Amino acid sequence: MEPNWVKPYGDTTNDGAMQLSFTLPVKNGGVAREAAKRLCESMNLENVQIVHQKDLGGGYTFFVVYGRCTQAVDIADIHVPEVQAPSWDMHQVNTIAHEKLGRKITVVGACTGTDAHTVGLDAILNMKGFHGNYGLERYSEFIVYNLGSQVPNETLVAKAIEVNADAILVSQVVTQKNIHLSNLTQLVDLLEAEGLRDKVILITGGPRITHELAVELGYDAGFGPGTVPSEVASYVLKELLGRKGVII
Amino acid sequence: MALKLRVDDKLIVRAREAAHRITGEVQGFIEQHTTTSTERAVIRLFGVEGKGLDDVPLPNLVVENIQDGGGLDKGASYWVCNAMAQHSLSAQEVAQAVGQGKLDLIKVAQADEGRIRETAHLIARETLDRIARNRQTRSGFINQWGERPAPWLYIIVATGNIYEDVIQAQNAARQGADVIAVIRSTAQSLLDYVPEGATTEGFAGTYATQENFRIMRRALDEVSEELGRYVRLTNYASGLCMPEIAALGAVERLDMMLSDSMYGILFRDINMKRTLVDQHFARMMQAQAGIIINTGEDNYLTTDDAYEAANTVLASQFINEQFAHRSGMPDELIGLGHAFEMDPRQEDGLLYEMADALLSRHCFPKAPLKYMPPTRHMTGNIFMGHLMDAMFNLTSVATNQHIHLIGVLTEAIHTPLLHDRALAIENARYVFGYARHFFEEFDLKKGGLIETRANDVLQQSVDLLEHIEHVGLMTAISEGTFGRVRRMPTSGKGLDGVVAKGPQHFNPFFDLILKGGER
Repeated sequence: MEPNWVKPYGDTTNDGAMQLSFTLPVKNGGVAREAAKRLCESMNLENVQIVHQKDLGGGYTFFVVYGRCTQAVDIADIHVPEVQAPSWDMHQVNTIAHEKLGRKITVVGACTGTDAHTVGLDAILNMKGFHGNYGLERYSEFIVYNLGSQVPNETLVAKAIEVNADAILVSQVVTQKNIHLSNLTQLVDLLEAEGLRDKVILITGGPRITHELAVELGYDAGFGPGTVPSEVASYVLKELLGRKGVII
Repeated sequence: MALKLRVDDKLIVRAREAAHRITGEVQGFIEQHTTTSTERAVIRLFGVEGKGLDDVPLPNLVVENIQDGGGLDKGASYWVCNAMAQHSLSAQEVAQAVGQGKLDLIKVAQADEGRIRETAHLIARETLDRIARNRQTRSGFINQWGERPAPWLYIIVATGNIYEDVIQAQNAARQGADVIAVIRSTAQSLLDYVPEGATTEGFAGTYATQENFRIMRRALDEVSEELGRYVRLTNYASGLCMPEIAALGAVERLDMMLSDSMYGILFRDINMKRTLVDQHFARMMQAQAGIIINTGEDNYLTTDDAYEAANTVLASQFINEQFAHRSGMPDELIGLGHAFEMDPRQEDGLLYEMADALLSRHCFPKAPLKYMPPTRHMTGNIFMGHLMDAMFNLTSVATNQHIHLIGVLTEAIHTPLLHDRALAIENARYVFGYARHFFEEFDLKKGGLIETRANDVLQQSVDLLEHIEHVGLMTAISEGTFGRVRRMPTSGKGLDGVVAKGPQHFNPFFDLILKGGER
């Protein structure tokens, strides 16, 4: 493929305009200013402008800086795995599920571990939904069990078995020292131990989740911030149809 | 002229009366029970500190000894004071002997009950004197330096290491913080003991321990002297050890504590009976120590919609107020919580936020309301986040809020970096100064958006409170009334620590503080 080099854009193609803000442990003054400038130059910025510097007390100085980036990146050389799903809306999902799958889809969702933040999970599951995009509870072809916050992985798996879930949705919002990663892998281990891993569609979501990370952890799909419910619904339906051998 | 709401004040009376009856209905249960954590709090208030076998805190070992012997229905003070009287030991010495396995409290010959009570009242009075001295020290500082105008800037530190916290807290105070809150280590609220000593390893927060309280109090007194104003200290009481932590806060001169009658039930899945019994003693000690409590209604709006669920916040504020009154707490100490959490895309959202904030202000005129910044709709777009925080700051100063948790532009990303916090403080101070007398300058439009909204929310709150009264508080919680979180009366952690009081049960602090005693 032809290389496609790009640079940051300010107001002119390839001007490389960037803005930075940071603090140096240096008392406010001329030395601090020069230190900030040289630091930016060593990061391959040129035409560095310190537009703001402020004494934060205790020998610390805050800077706002503009500069021109001298580096470029070849985007033709970048391959990022993304969730492959059609962009159906709620009505399409319901119609296709009804006609092609011929049964209702059961999903179980939870915020696991000590996480009490249900914002992301609720955005996907609750009636109300997110950004005007209704949640899965509103879909006539979905049966939703929202277990809420601070759910142990064991409880989530037990519920999935009880209701014979097609998909498990795990939300991880707050993370300290990467505890979300061990929570997520423990769930995969549990499902494997129960012989369930291949029978359910396992999905995770949250502000720090990417599809690539999710796949690496043993999930079928990962959804990051800004995901709307219809994307998740479309993905689950497409997967179920695919597993059933129905071609869309 | 002032941003004064015209609402139907009869509805406020109805709301308050319903909340009074709602809390009254469970108060009987509360007063007929004690908990392991309440009894441990009494032991701590007797001055017991330190660890025993297997590094278990002495108050736990003492209460376990009594519970194992089947004597907890009489209360821990009964057995400890009995042993003190019979063996001429101090409370600490009794606890140490129990901690070393040398003394079984249940097997000590029982002294005359009058003598046991006398011993208990004597040491309880010493503790209450110490708490009274703390109040005098605090008011001495405030008289000397004066109070800053509200809203007070409330800033969080959470390094996990108490000595790092000290550095951050002192810096935050120098940058303008009026109140420093030390966040607890993750899930400390679920520990059924209070760790001992100074701690340097926490998980996104620092353990609440008596020694950590002392270290931070000393550090803030130091920086208060330097700045010529009193910097307040806050920590968290809600959790399985609510009464113990409240007791330590009273003894070590904390100025505020997160202390909600239902937070632990809803957001930490602590059993509702446990928390309801625990909060009664905890708030009584906080009231005695002049500690301003902060309630947690703001949390409802992180799991429920701020526009639609505003009535759950107001209803819960009335309930929290009534529980606090039943612990002898005056309005001036009841820092009811609420939050600025509406969707930024909502047209006229600022007006509705102002309506809700004014409504809390109007219903609780003496309460030092605690106002929480946007979290739910904060994203990685820090520029937008900074603007949302500015709107929050404006609403806070314009509606006369009292305790203002600073909103930080990187809320959705990480615990604040040094310059994140500095930018947040700069934002708040700018807006507070720039709009200082906003509240006094405007009159509200009759029947306008703000008044209509406030009246609607008030009416819905009355309806909700009257429904809660009808079904009972415990059933209401199990219906998911607050924050849409459902909890059952028999589920959750800590139910095994709830004990029915026997006829001989006594707790010298209840006797001396609530039952009139001698003071």
